[in-house]
Amino acid sequence: MLAYLARRLTESFFVLAVMSAVIFALIGLMPGDPIDVMIFSDPEMTPADAARLRALYGLDRPITDRYFTWLGSALQGDFGYSRLYNQPTLDILLPRLGNTIVLMGLSFFFALVIALPAGIYAATRPQSLSDHGINLLAFAGISIPPFWLAILLIMLFSVTLGWLPAGGMGEGHSFWSDLRFLVLPVIALTIATVGGVIRFMRAAALETLRQDYVRTARAKGLSGQQIVVGHVLRNAMIPVATILALQMGNLFSGALITETIFAYLGMGKTIYDSIIGNDYNVALVGLLLATVTTLLANLVADLAYTWLDPRISYQ
Amino acid sequence: MTPPKTPCAANAKAPLLAAEAGLAGGPALTVRQIFWRRFFGHRLAVVSLAFLLLLSLLTAVAPVIEFLLGVDGNLVDLFNAKQPPSAQHPLGTDELGRDTLVRLLYGGQVSLIVGLAAALGSAVIGTLLGITAGYYGGRLDSLLMRFTDGVIALPILPLLIILAAVDLTKLGLSSDLASSESISIYRIVCLIALVGWTTVARLVRGATLSMKAREFVRAAEAMGASAPRIMLVHILPNVVSPIIVATTLSIGGIILLESVLSFLGLGIQPPLPSWGNMLTNAQELIWDAPVLAVYPGLLIFLTVIAFNFLGDGLQDALDPRAIEGRD
Repeated sequence: MLAYLARRLTESFFVLAVMSAVIFALIGLMPGDPIDVMIFSDPEMTPADAARLRALYGLDRPITDRYFTWLGSALQGDFGYSRLYNQPTLDILLPRLGNTIVLMGLSFFFALVIALPAGIYAATRPQSLSDHGINLLAFAGISIPPFWLAILLIMLFSVTLGWLPAGGMGEGHSFWSDLRFLVLPVIALTIATVGGVIRFMRAAALETLRQDYVRTARAKGLSGQQIVVGHVLRNAMIPVATILALQMGNLFSGALITETIFAYLGMGKTIYDSIIGNDYNVALVGLLLATVTTLLANLVADLAYTWLDPRISYQ
Repeated sequence: MTPPKTPCAANAKAPLLAAEAGLAGGPALTVRQIFWRRFFGHRLAVVSLAFLLLLSLLTAVAPVIEFLLGVDGNLVDLFNAKQPPSAQHPLGTDELGRDTLVRLLYGGQVSLIVGLAAALGSAVIGTLLGITAGYYGGRLDSLLMRFTDGVIALPILPLLIILAAVDLTKLGLSSDLASSESISIYRIVCLIALVGWTTVARLVRGATLSMKAREFVRAAEAMGASAPRIMLVHILPNVVSPIIVATTLSIGGIILLESVLSFLGLGIQPPLPSWGNMLTNAQELIWDAPVLAVYPGLLIFLTVIAFNFLGDGLQDALDPRAIEGRD
């Protein structure tokens, strides 16, 4: 078990190192460098000044050199400064990572709470009217453009009804007034997530219901409910757990859209703003943090296997 | 859609044919007849196919509609901005006074072309990787599949945003080409194909693994056929079904991704319309012209759900095991 964990963590570090190099190279290919931005804001600067500044910042060196310099200071905990906010990168990103985890966590929780019963309900009544209805709703959830859904929610709840704020974050006055700002983003991200989970759950439950042990349970006279709770639920969760872990990247993409539209100060919006605003340090570290989050979620799902399925053990 | 070509694969389906014909109580059906019978049994897929054909037709004749209405989809006319529907502008005009209907149709052309082209690109990449991994197996297989899993787990959207922001002149493209109007179409097709191949790769690998053990493949190996020949001539025709299903199912997601990127200002660049970039200003428009924020989104939604239903229907029709709970 420990050896397995060590191997997985080593792999994750390897993925992270590759990702950091790839993103670093891509950022080098983006239009403009920090000096271009300085030239833009200071019309007095001569080309000679610009060249001197480039040398000072090391921007005239080859990209591989610059990457290893960055990696060296990053390994010592120095991730550089944000150009847009004039603060250390991590001081900006970490609180926003917290906001994103709140948003993603709540949406994921509600998506599961809706999708698991709905998927199993549909699977126990295949080809019935309610199965078709649930299937239709799941397809609608998968197919709706998330940013458009967010706009529709704002139209209904903020513009027409005036119940909830159209965007932004709470001011920290009270827990309940801050919570109002979370409602629409969480609804939007939940709807964007739930459709896929319903379909996975239904398919997994159908597969489980065909197993011999379910037939045995039925033969010994257990009720449908007892079979679902005692035999189907946990076994059907095994394939669902893998897929859910792989959904974390998707969930993060959904969070980026939701945060951007609702002006919710999370990682997704920060990464988007930093790429648009040439804030390279924030973009790079933000993307790496997002990758770490998804890698960790994958690891957690793999470990959840051993609990869900005792036949699997990581030796 | 393509019936299995080798006799062995046809034999493998033979018991199924008998069972279906027996159920129907009529004469034995060909594979093609079974496909159409199953496909037409999936009513939503049939409706979706009709909708998509109609939509493609309408977007294809957009210039004709533009001519008949006597409007110019690119003409900015601020005196006639945000007009309600009229005889000349059946859906009114947008915030710059351009005809909404004509722009929706041209935007549809772009969204559909990007969706189909990127899905095709993804299918080619995914098929190559999937067949290679499945046929060679061993270390190459586990390496390719770990890579696939890694790509699936990545937060794709932020990565695509960075890729979309890359300065093409720094990649060696001439600045004329990099700033031409249609470059944003090619660029987004390439970007999406670069990340969209994973589902096809996994499905094709799985199908290749089961084909590899079949007698006709082993016979071809015994006769000394080269690996590329076995993969292309003997395996590929027999894994066409999963490729078709996965590709159709991926088109919806690709159209969504294109619309998101264009909405964020990183996909299709105006003045070229796409359903996504028509919504870029929607957040300001919801106060005084909400319908402008509704039409493009509704079309994205209907198109994506239609492709998803179509894919679902094809899956039912092509893969007998996929019809869940109907046994």
